[in-house]
Amino acid sequence: MKPSTFREISGNSGGYWALLVFLGLLIAVGLGAAWYMEHNGHWVTGMNNQIVWGMPHVFAVFLIVAASGALNVATMASIFGRTAFKPLSRLSGLLAIALLAGGLLVLVLDLGRPDRLIMAMMNLNFMSIFAWNIILYNGFFVIVAVYLWTLMERRGNRFTRGAGLFAFLWRLILTLGTGSIFGFLVARQAYDAAIMAPLFIALSFSFGLAIFMLVLFASYRWSGRPLGDDMIHRLQRLLGLFVVTALLFVAIYHLTNLYAAEHRDVEQFILDGNNVYSGLFWVGYILLGSLVPMAIAWFSPFRAAIGWVTTAAVLVVGGGMAMIYVIIIGGQAYPLQLFPGKAVSSSFFDGVISPYSPTLAETLLGIGGVGIALAIVVVGIRLFKFLPLSLEDARVDAHDKAE
Amino acid sequence: MSDEKALSGEKVMNNKIDSYKRRFLAQSAVITGAAALGGGLVLTRVVQARPASQAVSSKNRWGLLIDTRKCANDCDACVQACEMEHGWGRGSSDEQRSSPAQKAQWIRKVTLRDRTTGHETSLPMMCQHCAHPPCVDVCPTGASMKRDDGIVLVDKHRCIGCRYCMMACPYKARSFIHEDLHGQKTASPRGKGTVESCNLCVHRVDQGKIPACAEACPEKAILFGDLKDADSEIARRLASEPSTEIRGDLRLDLGVRYQNI
Repeated sequence: MKPSTFREISGNSGGYWALLVFLGLLIAVGLGAAWYMEHNGHWVTGMNNQIVWGMPHVFAVFLIVAASGALNVATMASIFGRTAFKPLSRLSGLLAIALLAGGLLVLVLDLGRPDRLIMAMMNLNFMSIFAWNIILYNGFFVIVAVYLWTLMERRGNRFTRGAGLFAFLWRLILTLGTGSIFGFLVARQAYDAAIMAPLFIALSFSFGLAIFMLVLFASYRWSGRPLGDDMIHRLQRLLGLFVVTALLFVAIYHLTNLYAAEHRDVEQFILDGNNVYSGLFWVGYILLGSLVPMAIAWFSPFRAAIGWVTTAAVLVVGGGMAMIYVIIIGGQAYPLQLFPGKAVSSSFFDGVISPYSPTLAETLLGIGGVGIALAIVVVGIRLFKFLPLSLEDARVDAHDKAE
Repeated sequence: MSDEKALSGEKVMNNKIDSYKRRFLAQSAVITGAAALGGGLVLTRVVQARPASQAVSSKNRWGLLIDTRKCANDCDACVQACEMEHGWGRGSSDEQRSSPAQKAQWIRKVTLRDRTTGHETSLPMMCQHCAHPPCVDVCPTGASMKRDDGIVLVDKHRCIGCRYCMMACPYKARSFIHEDLHGQKTASPRGKGTVESCNLCVHRVDQGKIPACAEACPEKAILFGDLKDADSEIARRLASEPSTEIRGDLRLDLGVRYQNI
């Protein structure tokens, strides 16, 4: 296999600038939404004292989880010897940084007092998983940046494997940390499970790869660079593998909860309730977000069919958002069990399912985060040599079998 | 001779008076001293107030014992007293734009109904002032804190409004402020974008007073005191009568205990 030649995209076309303007609009609208929420206070959102984390957290957690997953393609090449993916490593690192930046921005702009963030960074309480995450997220930027340097700078090439391994371990811990935000919430029936941490890692693999594929396909199509069927097929099958892995963890999580009598009610609420969460879980995540993409990944008529593979990736992203919505909002909507076995009522909505409808501002803030992430990629690939000129089949290592 | 006798008799008398005087003085001194010293000792036991210059000590652990049998279903005197003391709910003209689900509630009346028998119990629910508070563990900035005397509270100047403490609290004791506030009480600073909860009327406790809810309860169902003082009424009753911690399975060692749930 010849070494790939990396080039910036020309970025002079009207389409490129139209894309940038579009992303700029998304960012501007997102920032405007954040200003509107902060200026008025959170009474203008659908969040309240029952559903304290709303739509912005769905976007933020999804983007952060996907960020760590987006790095997997690079990991496959640098550590696990999948040389076919080596040309994709740079984009993988860039996308990881971009998604994390987008997710964190949404998270920070939804704080009650984002102006005090610097104080949070200077007074960390190390008992808090949030505080650990502040370190993990900041560290991720630095480590992936160093890893990218080893990939893109000849002098750094010999450190690529070491940096890649370190970045891989860091990303695993980072996603464990994100999952543990929920896993350690002992009082909430839907959380309080050690499996939340590995579940988030499993989800990150599929979310990250799906977004990576969409970005890759779009950038090759729009920049007119060749993308061979073999590469598409490799990514397609890998996506299927990641989706089924995540599905397995989701199944174990729900089965163990169903077996424990104390969690049966919340499981019934999520899985068998006449509510939006059951719909999002079964139709959004299981059917559209998992089973359909798996079918596309493995059934031969869809082999390397870029339209179908793109559809599969879009479905994984949509299903992933649905799953995170069910975890975050559904988990809070179910009431705390203060007095197990008793019927409880109060002026503070004890014992009742809490309704939540996200307002436009919350959703726009989340979309603004997506805009930031994509804008970083779009600008990055124009300024630096992230993308190989060609990913034609002849350039992909034939000796490195897919799967 | 008789003069001499008379003189010596007078001398003896004078000596006796002197000794009476001496004894009286000595006895008075002892009694005064004992009264002063003993009184001081007695006073230090009775007065729980701590000079402002003295740090809070872990020798105390403040808590509440709530007897639900005395708590009437239709009474919310404790809630109203808290609202007035801290300036929320009926004690404030703020939070007009927040929905009922968004408005702060530091203390609330909860009604429990036995699903089988239909028996109803009413009780006030507030921050349980855990010895191992999950809200303090999860707070990234240390704004959620526990004082040495067991009172759990939020430093509103350090809170960044991440609401992780609200996710972690098993008792739904915390509220987030969803809009601008005006005219807060001096002793209870509150502010948009931060989280707040019952602070056991820390400003009153520091002045040797009892929390507003305990003071307001017409049935004296809420008993405030020092759980670590074996002679306090709360400690004696907890030692001799059954009581319950809500979600005791979480082993958070609560400062608020309930009876007859």
